[in-house]
Amino acid sequence: MRNPKFNLKSVIGLLLGLMIIFPVLYALSISLMPESFIASYPPKVFPANPTLDNYVSAFRTAPITRFVLNSTVMALSIMSAQVLTSSLAAYAFVYFSFRGKKFIFLAILATMMIPGEAIIISNYLSVASAQLLDSFLGLFLPYGASAMGVFLMRQQFLTVPKEFKEAAIMDGCTDRRYFWTILMPVSMPAVSALAIYCFITTWNQYLWPLLITNSATMRTVQIGISMLSFADGLSYGTIMAGFVAILVPSILIFIVGQKRMIGGMMAGSVKS
Amino acid sequence: MQKVIQRPLEGAPVGSRKQEAKPKVIHRPLEVAPVGSRKQNRLAPYLFLLPALFFFLSFYYAPFLRTIFTSFAVTDATGNFKKMVGLKNFIMIFSRKDFPVILLNTLKFVPMIVIPALVLGLALAMFANRKIPRVSRLVETMFSLPMAIASASAALVWGLIYNPVIGIANYALQTNINWLADANFAMFSVALVTVWLQLGANFIFLLTGLRGVPEDIMESAMIDGANGWRKFFHITLPMISPTLFFVIFWNIMSSFQAFGQIRILTQGGPGIATRVLVYDIYLEAFMNYRFGSACAESLILFAMMLTIALIQFRFERKGVHYA
Repeated sequence: MRNPKFNLKSVIGLLLGLMIIFPVLYALSISLMPESFIASYPPKVFPANPTLDNYVSAFRTAPITRFVLNSTVMALSIMSAQVLTSSLAAYAFVYFSFRGKKFIFLAILATMMIPGEAIIISNYLSVASAQLLDSFLGLFLPYGASAMGVFLMRQQFLTVPKEFKEAAIMDGCTDRRYFWTILMPVSMPAVSALAIYCFITTWNQYLWPLLITNSATMRTVQIGISMLSFADGLSYGTIMAGFVAILVPSILIFIVGQKRMIGGMMAGSVKS
Repeated sequence: MQKVIQRPLEGAPVGSRKQEAKPKVIHRPLEVAPVGSRKQNRLAPYLFLLPALFFFLSFYYAPFLRTIFTSFAVTDATGNFKKMVGLKNFIMIFSRKDFPVILLNTLKFVPMIVIPALVLGLALAMFANRKIPRVSRLVETMFSLPMAIASASAALVWGLIYNPVIGIANYALQTNINWLADANFAMFSVALVTVWLQLGANFIFLLTGLRGVPEDIMESAMIDGANGWRKFFHITLPMISPTLFFVIFWNIMSSFQAFGQIRILTQGGPGIATRVLVYDIYLEAFMNYRFGSACAESLILFAMMLTIALIQFRFERKGVHYA
């Protein structure tokens, strides 16, 4: 087919798209407006003389760089842990037969049915009694493994031809070497799907960090930013600047990894 | 005896029935494998499972059991067990005057999100299914963008949009509504934010589903003269029913658990107009420090979600067509 021309459908598509991302654009625009301009009536959509004052004041009022650092550490450690635990478990399910295999697999999948609220209180109490409130370990521990991750990696490993492993073992390759040097590299698309999904979910977490972090130095991005909105006398411009600042990393990762993430999740969830 | 030959192959793929057909596979591993490795091989799968199982047991199963246990107990303000009280927590919850309102709020909130999010998501997906000239990729990214945004962040922006004085909502609609503080609108306003949050994911999943429908089926339907709506109900919907099922299931489960946007926008108010079960659990546990009754409530939530899931899976058997 020839490259079709820009037409009415393109225009409608763009307009609909702009409507959907309007809240984000609106926040961006407000974040660039001077204080007096935001409060004036009628409400403005476009900033007349854009200024970065709000960003300066956001970074001055709240330790946003610290929030970003905390969230990054949390997201990266949970992401690596989930990729590792999921892949190892999936390896057992795909390449071994052992007693209790079916039962263990179902027991792992069943954790998807337990709503977060039914375990978060108990997890909070355990983490509190282990003196892990306000620590990275406390933020990390409940999310070291995910059923979706195990399922996703299992579906991926099933698509890798068994002959790969047979050949590798015949050449004297151990399980460990096969896993790291052959299986994981060929499974990169699924690994990155899981990693991206996991990073964005963790970056966006709210309830768990809300419960277990107290000090300003341990707060994650979502908690830190939402506290801005509860603080008195802070202008909307500052809050929106904070919002934009913490949105940039997750949106960038989303735009770069979107296709991969969707592909991986679809493979895991629907074609089962 | 058979077993002895097969053992060293244990490491090989489970389903490989081809082993007899390949005699050379048999002798080599046999001579290499030292005595100890038999035991190691038997342990190996459990070692691979160990890290994941550690997390699932310690942070899913153990706390879930503890929640069940605590729901029959009272604790002190720091959550230490005091004594068993049997069903008292549950009786207390159901005799609370506001509890029916909270349940009703929850049961209203879920369809207020799932239905629009599904219909709009499907409409957008059908719109984008046939490539949009030139800007396909851009439009798809814009449609799906909300899925990258946290409920807490979204609540901040929507809080500004809803602001009765300087917000854009009232100005654009030429209304004078206190979106979040008026009991008639608060639920709607929070639901709208949640629909927005959910829309992107619904769009992208349904689009992937639609693109999986073979082109020739659609074409033969056209030739048979099926018109728009007939085609939609008799071909498109059944063809994407597995995706649709997954999206509905996932939407229901996540709407039951909406929290960030409620806490930031309304704190369950005005009054208890937007207090849903999850928010009430949060208040019971972390504001009132009644962990026993909070755990009992979370089991009620679990039972509700499980019931709906079971009903859905029953539907799946009838209504979902796997190609």
